[in-house]
Amino acid sequence: MDFNHNIPIYCQIIQQIKQDTVLGRLKPGQKMPSVREMAGKLKVNPNTVQRAYLELERENIVFTKRGMGTYLTKQEDIIHSLKKELSGKVIRDFLEGMNQLEYSNDHIMRVLREHLEEGRKINGTYFKKQPIK
Amino acid sequence: MEHILKSSQLSKYFYQKKALQKVDINIEKGKIYGILGPNGGGKSTFLKLAAGLLKPSEGEILIDGKKPGVYTKSIVSYLPEGNYFYKWMRIQDALSFFGDFYADFDVEKARQNFDFMKLDEKEKISSLSKGMLGRLKLSLAMSRNASLFLLDEPLNGIDPISREKIITSILEAFNPKSTIIICSHLIVYIEKLLDYVFFLSEGQIILEGNVEDLRNKKNLSIDQLYQEVFQS
Repeated sequence: MDFNHNIPIYCQIIQQIKQDTVLGRLKPGQKMPSVREMAGKLKVNPNTVQRAYLELERENIVFTKRGMGTYLTKQEDIIHSLKKELSGKVIRDFLEGMNQLEYSNDHIMRVLREHLEEGRKINGTYFKKQPIK
Repeated sequence: MEHILKSSQLSKYFYQKKALQKVDINIEKGKIYGILGPNGGGKSTFLKLAAGLLKPSEGEILIDGKKPGVYTKSIVSYLPEGNYFYKWMRIQDALSFFGDFYADFDVEKARQNFDFMKLDEKEKISSLSKGMLGRLKLSLAMSRNASLFLLDEPLNGIDPISREKIITSILEAFNPKSTIIICSHLIVYIEKLLDYVFFLSEGQIILEGNVEDLRNKKNLSIDQLYQEVFQS
């Protein structure tokens, strides 16, 4: 994992874990790597990982079993709302970018529709041509 | 909070030159600290005072509540800059030297470190490249079960592969009971290791703080912050 050093590293670790959770790369209820393991893998200070885990625990995304370690939540609703949170951020960033380009809401809708209907390859994922209801 | 190192109004003068001026540094257990600053800023002087190689001109430095001396040297592992080995030594000689010298030296751990660092015990130290010498020095320094590690420029003049290995073994040696102070001007490579930084310039602390808080507050990496502070 490459870090952007302008942003606190624990925030970036949190973001990565959230993304992996939503995408199912981390399975609900699975045991998380220990703080030490994670720090060794990412080559960061263990205190930074500890801080990320604490924050994730506060958000109920992970929980600790005393003396057993840290586990990812099993609660589907938390994972679901996490997905909503992450997609919300993507949409906000998109809208912000479009606003900077001085696109009106109608215009945004129109070009978005065009893109979706046209169907094109974005980052290797092919968005199928399909009419929007 | 327990302080493993505490300096108050610590000053060191070399004749006219003021190497350190009234430096207050408090170091807590279980953290990794960076003392960053340009050459000649006083970083090495501070570490030498902590290691007991120099005496303060004014003020005081305490390690685990004691003035530097026999006790503090037994709990402090100091990695100096430069090559401090005898010319005749092979790696195995340095190993037994350290083993004889320090009660907390873990020979097994050192051998594991040598293995990881791809160091051959039969090799003569004088024929090592700068990168390999850096690996050796670090392997030895981190093989002590010390409470406080003082690392003076562990990455200076080190190739990228050795650098990664050194960073890995610093992290491996670190545990909640130990404390590490790294002096460096190569900030990019060490900033993800650090909890807290002090910027030292012309013998004075000009900025200090928790690295994640600094990134948050300034929207800058520690490296960028350093550039900003020292260019103005």
